[in-house]
Amino acid sequence: MAQRLPILIFALVMAVIPFIPGVPPFWLVLLDNIGLSALVAMGLVLLTGVGGLTSFGQAAFCGFGAYTTALLTTAYGLSPWLTLPLSLVVSGIAAVILGIITVRLSGHYLPLGTIAWGIGLFYLFSKLEFIGRNDGISGVPPLSIGSLKMLDPGTIYFAIWIAVLISALLTMNLLDSRTGRAIRALRRGHVAAEAFGVQTPRAKLLVFIYAAVLAGLSGWLYAHFERAVNPTPFGMEAGIEYLFIAVVGGAGYVWGGVLGAAIVVILKEILQSYLPYLFHGQGQLEIIVFGILLVALLQLAPTGVWPWLMAVFPWKSDRKHPDTSLILPVRPHTVAATGSGPLLEIDDARKQFGGVVAVNNVSFDVKPQEIVALIGPNGAGKSTTFNLVTGVLAVTSGKISVLGKPIQNATPQDVVKLGVARTFQHVKLVPDMTVLENVAIGAHLRGHAGALASMVRLDRADEAKLLAEAARQIERVGLGDQINQLAGSLSLGQQRIVEIARALCVDPMLLLLDEPAAGLRHMEKRQLAALLRQLRGGGMSVLLVEHDMGFVMDLADRIVVLDFGTKIAEGTPADIKTNPEVIKAYLGAAA
Amino acid sequence: MLFLVQDGITNGAIYALLGLALVLVFAVTRVILIPQGEFVTYGALTYASLSSGQFPGTAKLAVGMGIVAFCLDLYFGRRSLHRKLILRAVAVNLVLPWVIFALTSWSSAHPSGIAVNIALSLLIVAVIGLFLYRIAFQPIAQTSVLVLLIASVGCHLAMEGFGLVFFGAEGQRGPALSNAAFNVGPLRFTGQSIAVYGITVALMIGLWLFFGHTLTGKALRATAVNRLGARLVGIRTSLAGQIAFVMAAVIGAISGILIVPITTLYYDTGFLIGLKGFVAGIIGGLVSYPLTAAAALLVGIVESFSSFVASDFKEVIVFMLIIPVLLLRSLAAPAVEEDQD
Repeated sequence: MAQRLPILIFALVMAVIPFIPGVPPFWLVLLDNIGLSALVAMGLVLLTGVGGLTSFGQAAFCGFGAYTTALLTTAYGLSPWLTLPLSLVVSGIAAVILGIITVRLSGHYLPLGTIAWGIGLFYLFSKLEFIGRNDGISGVPPLSIGSLKMLDPGTIYFAIWIAVLISALLTMNLLDSRTGRAIRALRRGHVAAEAFGVQTPRAKLLVFIYAAVLAGLSGWLYAHFERAVNPTPFGMEAGIEYLFIAVVGGAGYVWGGVLGAAIVVILKEILQSYLPYLFHGQGQLEIIVFGILLVALLQLAPTGVWPWLMAVFPWKSDRKHPDTSLILPVRPHTVAATGSGPLLEIDDARKQFGGVVAVNNVSFDVKPQEIVALIGPNGAGKSTTFNLVTGVLAVTSGKISVLGKPIQNATPQDVVKLGVARTFQHVKLVPDMTVLENVAIGAHLRGHAGALASMVRLDRADEAKLLAEAARQIERVGLGDQINQLAGSLSLGQQRIVEIARALCVDPMLLLLDEPAAGLRHMEKRQLAALLRQLRGGGMSVLLVEHDMGFVMDLADRIVVLDFGTKIAEGTPADIKTNPEVIKAYLGAAA
Repeated sequence: MLFLVQDGITNGAIYALLGLALVLVFAVTRVILIPQGEFVTYGALTYASLSSGQFPGTAKLAVGMGIVAFCLDLYFGRRSLHRKLILRAVAVNLVLPWVIFALTSWSSAHPSGIAVNIALSLLIVAVIGLFLYRIAFQPIAQTSVLVLLIASVGCHLAMEGFGLVFFGAEGQRGPALSNAAFNVGPLRFTGQSIAVYGITVALMIGLWLFFGHTLTGKALRATAVNRLGARLVGIRTSLAGQIAFVMAAVIGAISGILIVPITTLYYDTGFLIGLKGFVAGIIGGLVSYPLTAAAALLVGIVESFSSFVASDFKEVIVFMLIIPVLLLRSLAAPAVEEDQD
């Protein structure tokens, strides 16, 4: 609860402000505007800062919320409280429709797509007859509770800031959960998240809808605050401003959205009232200053003001060590796998990229409780083979099966469900998440709490078990001391070990390790080898790609050698060491 | 019907030019150039101001930006300041804009021909383009496409604001390049529309020759593919970015000068025109010049037909056109994982 204390103080301060005698009503209008912007910015924090999906079109979702309530309350006389859920639903549905298309856009196509539909929707708002074209809708009734009508900025203030505080709490709860970790992993690319069962398109759509609903809420409040709506505040300029707010505040931080809104709204007010005096008032001078400030900010402080403020006032966030006595149920097939027959069977697998044959009809298998090493010179097709097994790439032809179940067309999410977990040659951790949080992503499929449950904290039992499992695996790989450090602050070797812990969280029966020993010191390699032997003893199989021959020869039960995509040898370490084909591949043939 | 197609092609040719400029800048610098539209308005309105004997504020902007660029050059080069560097900084950032400024004020006092006005307008906008890259993008050239995009939006805001200050809220028109006109069947061709087609085609061929057959063009393409690799073989990537911006600015200004006799331009018209070039650029995947040109013609024709059939929803239709295209693009070329953030 100690982490909630600053929020409580903030809420109290905000609650007291309107009652301080002598506060000019104008300040309250400013605070109302800050709250309205903060709601939209908070959605953008989740969408852009955390999820990595940049949207210039958030203002359009405000428009959906505002127009829904304006139309229904004026034309049909509905109560504003009745239109609240409707406004949220309409923005949400708009987000589903736009989101299904938009979140599939990759890279910079995504922000461009949001610009396009942002402008399109703005013109739609200003051209549709039934919502008053450019004039919009006026005479929107105020919010009221009983006989209290929220007519002046000082009373609707409470509605706005209660909405901001509740949204902030829900958003923070969401981020600190199983779903939140999945969302936070999105920004680093989808391959790692998908390898642990995260349905990335669904997670992206979720944040997209969440951000839109927050914008819709802001729009609903706006309509009853201004008591009129017209298309102007829902255009591209506003969409850009919201993104600006998020970037200024610190796009990765929930409170950055609120802080950014405060900075931008106040700055805009100051610029609008003083710039004309300085420059004899012509034109929209604040726009110029705005644009220049945005560019300057990106050059000087690309992470925003909030993280800078946090560094100046270091609040001790004493993270509790998870209670490791809580146990997640293990998967039954770990036991079943210890029967006979191969665990993983690769039969004539082939992968072509255009004319390049990366994997040329390779066959081998991994038996239960066996460590198999896949070796070969650079470009031999080892990592491609890994990607074929884990569903990242589809085979051109051939068959791959786990316990007899064909997986050559399975998605990464399906493969991990079968108990096949992997690490990556190029470490794919989320650097600004702690080791514990990173590793807990590995246990994603073993938890069940959804987004809504997380927002209202009904996920705590489930969450505690996931974190306990993660903490146990971290201790098992010997990184217990680093558990609460940011993953990005560890050495590369340690990050590789974190990846192993994350893979272990899957409770796998087969572990695929892509160059796990690269970057490790001698002692660390010995510890890793001991760990892998121990895992084998516990019933797990390991398939590893490795260049360190000493490490491989000591550890592996069997070695498969690839060269130019073709299997050239297979056998025990002793056989491989003397195999002339292998020696030729590595050292070249004696002429 | 045919005149709609003709109208569409005239607009489409302009969009094609802008689309090409966007592709060019994106390919070399990874900047999605939202302020492209401002180059259009700056070019058009500078030309219109000069033609009516007014002094265009853009010349002052060029001088101001030059001073900032000069300070940046000195600051970033402070560890290796030598004479040549300082002289170059003085020449490019201070002398050049002042010379242009002097020429402009002379020209606005002594009414001169169309050719002089066009040349001056192009010069002013080119210099602004150069400084824009130097000031806003060169310091963050290594960051992600996203950061560059947001910066680009910031530049658009600032430049649009300056546009209002310099040219006021009223629209302007400029004199046509040629007043000739003739009829072919039911269609009437004006000298201006012929100039639009001719210059568009000429610029496209010019770009094609430049990128295919000159060392500088090839260096720009190399920068586009791999910045680090280009640096390692001795290409100055910041110079490549500056060249790309100058070219985009000139192309934008030419487009503006071409349309300002046909339609009234306001300080904020450029944004929409630029965005339509953008739609074309995106259809071309921000990489392909011929595809972009074809797409631009399509956008122009769709626009002129939809303004005829459902004029209220013209903009809605044009901008919604982009979404299925983006979707197809994304499905055709799934995201390549960016290892660096």
